[in-house]
Amino acid sequence: MAELLVPEPQVRGPEPQLLAPETRMARVRWALRSWRLVAAMWTRATMAYRASFYLMFAASIAATSLDFVVLLLMFQHTDSLGGWSLPELGFLYGTSGLCLGLANLLVGSADALGDRIRTGTLDTMLIRPAPALAQLCAERFSLRRLGRPLQAASVLAWSLTELHVRWTADRVLLVPVLLVCGTVIFGAVYIGGATLQFWWGEVRELQNSLTYGGATLIHYPPTIFAKELVAGVVFGIPLAFVNWLPSLRILGKPDPLGLPTAFQYASPIAAALCVLAAALAWRAGLRAYRGTGN
Amino acid sequence: MSLIELQDIRRSFTIRTKAGRLRREKREVHAVDGLSFSIDAGECVGYIGPNGAGKSTTIKMLTGILVPSSGRLRVAGVDPARERVRLARRIGVVFGQRTTLWWDLPLRDSYELARRIYRIPDARYRANLDRCIELLDLGGLLDTPVRQLSLGQRMRGDLAAALLHDPQVLYLDEPTIGLDVVSKARVREFLREVNTRQGTTVLLTTHDLVDIEQLCGRVMVIDHGRVVYDGSLDGLHAAGQSERTLVVDLAEAGPAIEVAGARVVKVEGPRQWLAFPAQQSAAPIVAAVAARYPLADLSVREPAIEDVIARMYAEVAIG
Repeated sequence: MAELLVPEPQVRGPEPQLLAPETRMARVRWALRSWRLVAAMWTRATMAYRASFYLMFAASIAATSLDFVVLLLMFQHTDSLGGWSLPELGFLYGTSGLCLGLANLLVGSADALGDRIRTGTLDTMLIRPAPALAQLCAERFSLRRLGRPLQAASVLAWSLTELHVRWTADRVLLVPVLLVCGTVIFGAVYIGGATLQFWWGEVRELQNSLTYGGATLIHYPPTIFAKELVAGVVFGIPLAFVNWLPSLRILGKPDPLGLPTAFQYASPIAAALCVLAAALAWRAGLRAYRGTGN
Repeated sequence: MSLIELQDIRRSFTIRTKAGRLRREKREVHAVDGLSFSIDAGECVGYIGPNGAGKSTTIKMLTGILVPSSGRLRVAGVDPARERVRLARRIGVVFGQRTTLWWDLPLRDSYELARRIYRIPDARYRANLDRCIELLDLGGLLDTPVRQLSLGQRMRGDLAAALLHDPQVLYLDEPTIGLDVVSKARVREFLREVNTRQGTTVLLTTHDLVDIEQLCGRVMVIDHGRVVYDGSLDGLHAAGQSERTLVVDLAEAGPAIEVAGARVVKVEGPRQWLAFPAQQSAAPIVAAVAARYPLADLSVREPAIEDVIARMYAEVAIG
């Protein structure tokens, strides 16, 4: 025991290379690892209350399913909505719900940033050797949030079997691209919106209107909305790139705005821009919080 | 070589207050206002001051959470503002009122996470954990969910969590708050062990001056964002012009007695309280009293450090 108590300065001196990631790739890997570690802890923590977990999970599936039931009821009285059939709407609904659900699962916790600041949890994240954003996104991670994406995925699967689409190579490829880019766009909106809470504590509702409200908007075909609104989600908060624009291509629908067809393939660019904007916003927010350059 | 060094550190906050219906007034508040001190490796320093004096702001700057508005700051060879993550590996932090342990998971799991987040080599981890388990008597608690631990047990758990990665500096914010006497003693004993045998530098804020008396060779008193005293605990008495008290029980009740070199501060029946400067001997005063009045009993009371510090705060406020 005694020899263990002797200070060992060598151990505290130079740190292994891994500990100070210099390259961008290493930083990303390090952030993902931190996220995974914290998320795994929360998963086990929520499993401490197993019954509650299953109840909430079931409730989440039931609640999100109601959205689709509304669509089904609507189609009892009509065969098409804005020129889109039920399976086509199912495709919009499924992709929107799946992207939002996955983004919510992965980074949705960021929207409680205001609470984390108030309770001092953010401070404890800042004194750990891990990226604060990764820790924030993994905070209170729960598999319960798999409910929405699972329900949306099953609607999507159903719609894919019912659609009358000639599956060319570009259409097949666009589906996974849509899902990845859509998830990334929603994730960026979550984080960008959360970042506003560095300056204004109580803007969570505004952000929820963008994420949940936006997801509901893009459940429906763009043809039923005013052109100004559609233009807003193309050029403003670019939710149209989640599923509207690629779906026009996949489902062979006319574009109500008459934009160049390049837009229908541009989701990866939109997603990259969203990530850049969210990252800049996060850095600016954290700098303001810590008071850098004040 | 000093491990912690502050040179003319300032930190101000902009506070917006409502002034009228739409107008908002901006006001600059200087939480820390020109703070300079240095702490050598291996020291144990008590950092005290009234609420709002700038203690937590200082700790937040020393941990890299907040960035100073101006001034130069170095902790363990690192600029906390620029290299927060590098610093995080060299410091341990314990907030008395907030746990970093995982509420619903066994204590062991929190340590396991620390091992991975801090990338502690296996051998070091095991050695450090074993040592903490022994010194803090955590053996029987490792598999208990944190929510079932008592406050004292949880604090011990938090202390261990902060030390697993061999930090050079340990910051403690109110480490004994809310603990019972036995738990307090245990925490202090452990901290002394960590400081003297491990050589870990300790900086602690507290409102419990017994912590300071038992642990800290050096005290810093901060008020209004400035250091108003920096030195030994004994020196604080002299600096604070503290007084000792001679309590005399006279044979019978009477008016306040008159003795050179002391003044009566309280009379209660036959018992009277006489205050005199702490550095003076009590003997001549006792002799003077005994010569003129019939004495039944007497005792001398040492100055309470609380009073000394309270007087120090008051002086700063007036001055």
